[in-house]
Amino acid sequence: MERILFYLLALNMISFAIAAVSTRKMLRSVIYLLFVLVGVAGIFFLIDYNFLAAIQLTVYAGGIIVLIIFSVLLVHHIELKLEMAKPKRQIATVIACLLGIGLFLTTIYSYHFNVVENNLTTTTSDIGSKLLSYGEGGFILPFEVISVLLLAAMIGAIIIAKGKKLNPKTHT
Amino acid sequence: MNISYIILIPAIPLVVFLLLGIFNQRIKPSVSGYVGVFGLLASALMSIYAAYQYFFVSGNVDGVFQTFSQKTVWMNFTDSLHIDMGILIDPISVMMLIVVSVVSLMVHIYSRGYMKGDDGYTKFFAFLSLFTFSMFGLVLATNLFQIYIFWELVGVSSYLLIGYYYTKTSAIAAAKKAFVVTRFADFGFLIGILIVGYYTGTFDFETLNNPEGSAILNWASSSFMGLSALTWALILIFMGGAGKSAMFPLHIWLPDAMEGPTPVSALIHAATMVVAGIFLVARLFPMYYFVDNGFVLNIVTYVGAFSALFAAIIAITQTDIKRVLAFSTMSQLGYMMLALGVSGYDGHEGVGFMASMFHLFTHAMFKALLFLGAGSVIHAVHSNYLKDMGGLRKYMPITNTTFLIAALAISGVPPFAGFWSKDEILVAAFEQDKLIYFVGVFVAGLTAFYMFRIYFGIFWGKDNTYEHTPKESPLSMTFPLLVLAFLSMTVGFIPFSEFISPNKVGFEAHLNYPLAAVATVVGLIGIALAWVFYKKENSLADKWAIGFGMFYKWTSNKFYFDEIYMFVAKKIFFKRVSEPIAKFDRKYVDGTMVGIGNTTVGTSKKIKGLQSGRVQDYAFAFIAGAVVIGLVFIYFWT
Amino acid sequence: MIEGISIYDVLTLTTILFFIGVYGFLTRKNLISILISVEMILNASVVNFVIINKYLYPDILQGVIFSIFIIAVAAAETALAVAIIINLYRQISSVEVKDTEVMKY
Repeated sequence: MERILFYLLALNMISFAIAAVSTRKMLRSVIYLLFVLVGVAGIFFLIDYNFLAAIQLTVYAGGIIVLIIFSVLLVHHIELKLEMAKPKRQIATVIACLLGIGLFLTTIYSYHFNVVENNLTTTTSDIGSKLLSYGEGGFILPFEVISVLLLAAMIGAIIIAKGKKLNPKTHT
Repeated sequence: MNISYIILIPAIPLVVFLLLGIFNQRIKPSVSGYVGVFGLLASALMSIYAAYQYFFVSGNVDGVFQTFSQKTVWMNFTDSLHIDMGILIDPISVMMLIVVSVVSLMVHIYSRGYMKGDDGYTKFFAFLSLFTFSMFGLVLATNLFQIYIFWELVGVSSYLLIGYYYTKTSAIAAAKKAFVVTRFADFGFLIGILIVGYYTGTFDFETLNNPEGSAILNWASSSFMGLSALTWALILIFMGGAGKSAMFPLHIWLPDAMEGPTPVSALIHAATMVVAGIFLVARLFPMYYFVDNGFVLNIVTYVGAFSALFAAIIAITQTDIKRVLAFSTMSQLGYMMLALGVSGYDGHEGVGFMASMFHLFTHAMFKALLFLGAGSVIHAVHSNYLKDMGGLRKYMPITNTTFLIAALAISGVPPFAGFWSKDEILVAAFEQDKLIYFVGVFVAGLTAFYMFRIYFGIFWGKDNTYEHTPKESPLSMTFPLLVLAFLSMTVGFIPFSEFISPNKVGFEAHLNYPLAAVATVVGLIGIALAWVFYKKENSLADKWAIGFGMFYKWTSNKFYFDEIYMFVAKKIFFKRVSEPIAKFDRKYVDGTMVGIGNTTVGTSKKIKGLQSGRVQDYAFAFIAGAVVIGLVFIYFWT
Repeated sequence: MIEGISIYDVLTLTTILFFIGVYGFLTRKNLISILISVEMILNASVVNFVIINKYLYPDILQGVIFSIFIIAVAAAETALAVAIIINLYRQISSVEVKDTEVMKY
């Protein structure tokens, strides 16, 4: 059952990913990306990381995608067809990417992973106490750094997006 | 003796130069004149104090004048071979300090009047200070390399000052000529220095000049083309000195250098810079005397004697008064050279050396006076040429008197300064070489003749009518004239031989009455002839000129030396040597370089497209490259 | 641990996702599309972290925590990127890459 589910998810993700990078309509591209991200969340559910899946859904699907959609709506006409790269360039990129995939896969398959059979469930409280612990293996410091980073990003985003004082005539 | 304050003597003019040079436009001319004069006044007072200290207080120990020096290592090659910077105090450098500072001070004062209203007033004083600094540095130098550095610096200042009127083509040409000719001579000087450094392992004067030192004792250690290496070095160094001192055949720049302002001619081309060559030979005199038993001194003697005669003959026919003075300078420099050449080393034999320095000293005074007097005349009548002058004694009494004193001094009439020094030279020449002595006496007669020719031509002769009535120059110009006239009358009484001698031990020199009488009579004959020819306006001179015919024409064209040099340079060097080389240079050397450049430009134009500015292109290259490198490492490396 | 699915299967999936993202990054001509591709690449790596954590070291949580951090950084990055894109759009009225080539040569 889980196996079928995984293959469905994988197929779903790959096809939507390809669609996202090859469609010529901006908004659709974003929506396809949303499906890919939801697929990733599905994989997190499958391996029993519910908390992570929830984060994935809220932050990515709920936050980032909405942000991108807003920016698309701000700077694009919906009907606008995106410009595509030259065929020659596309082919070259495809070849490079296929070579890369081949390289990665051969490396992965030639390595023996020491898999540990398990069925452990990770609870949210485990993650929380790990994040906030300042004992050995605790992540309190990176956690604080990340929070400062987010604050800085927030301020930076506001400042950059605000830009210079606008000329009233070219107000958008 | 504490000599540390002596460093201030060159330092003050340097500071003045920097001050006036940097704030050139922001300093009022009146201020800059005073800055220059007072700066130099300080230097002059210190020089005189130093001389007093040296000669009368602490320099003389048991009858021997000590050498003091203070130096720091500047460039270190080996333990023994290093270039120092410092100051060297011995009798001749102290004497030169006096000469340079006094004449320079007088010229500074004089220039305040002479250059009044000139656009480059401040610049002029800046250059004068630069020159004075360089000259002080030259006379105080402790080693060959230091003297060479300052040697070039005086060359540069001379170049700048000759070309001071840089809008005048002839001035620029003259400046270039002076620079190129002296540079050519300095090339010999430099090679000489290098040879000395190579064979003796030192540049230091004290080591080189020590008669018991290894440099002099081992002079014959290596030879080249029949002469020892050191002999060659000394010949080459003398070549440098001959270039600066306008000795035949490197004299051609000096007459043209008269294009510069007259105070400059007085300071540089009469009193100080041109005697640098004499000073150089005097500075290395023990080497010249002991190496090869004085072989090089013979060359010095004959070059000096020939230059003296040659220049005196030319001076007779020149009509530009500054040029007459220029050739006269050259002639007197020849005198000093020949005196050095005939000098011995010990005791009374060193009279030639002493006489040369003595004449250098007196000549600086009266020749500066002559030039400044000529400048005063030129200032009044706005012309350099004798034909525009005449009868000026009525208008310019002070200039007339002082010029007369200077002319008498240079003609060797007692008791003026020139008589004493010239007499010593003739004594030295008489003891050594009769031919040289006769040349000397003849030149003395010629000198008297041409000096009084221009004196009568300027102040007596025909009564010219002038558009503007000439009037006496202002006090700033006549004051230096009076001071120098006083010096020209009195410096002859200094018992020079007690202070200056080759081995630094004073000796008694007596006036040789028969020889002195001969020289005086010859001088008076010259004056008398000039009186007959030029006192009143008459045609006698022209008749004689026609009588001499070709010779007169040759002489007035300076024996066509300029033309010969031009011919050699243009027709032979430029055409046969320089042109093919230039062609080769342009075609092959330049061609290669241009080719390399063009290839680079072409290639870069082609690969410029790679830098598209698109991040994606770079990312593509990066990822493709990473993949390729990964493939290579995984499949082909192991 | 997904029953019947080996770690190789999952890694294959993420590799493919990663390279699709790279493909998009290299070929798209629009800044927002490039941003989307970058998100895809980031997600592929997040999945890798989590999968390796789960399959190889199930008793520790490093991979999970790192994934959280990556998601946080991605969110910050996206916010900034969108801000930059909007600002750029106001300046040159375009978000096409070819219009931003002023640093060319």
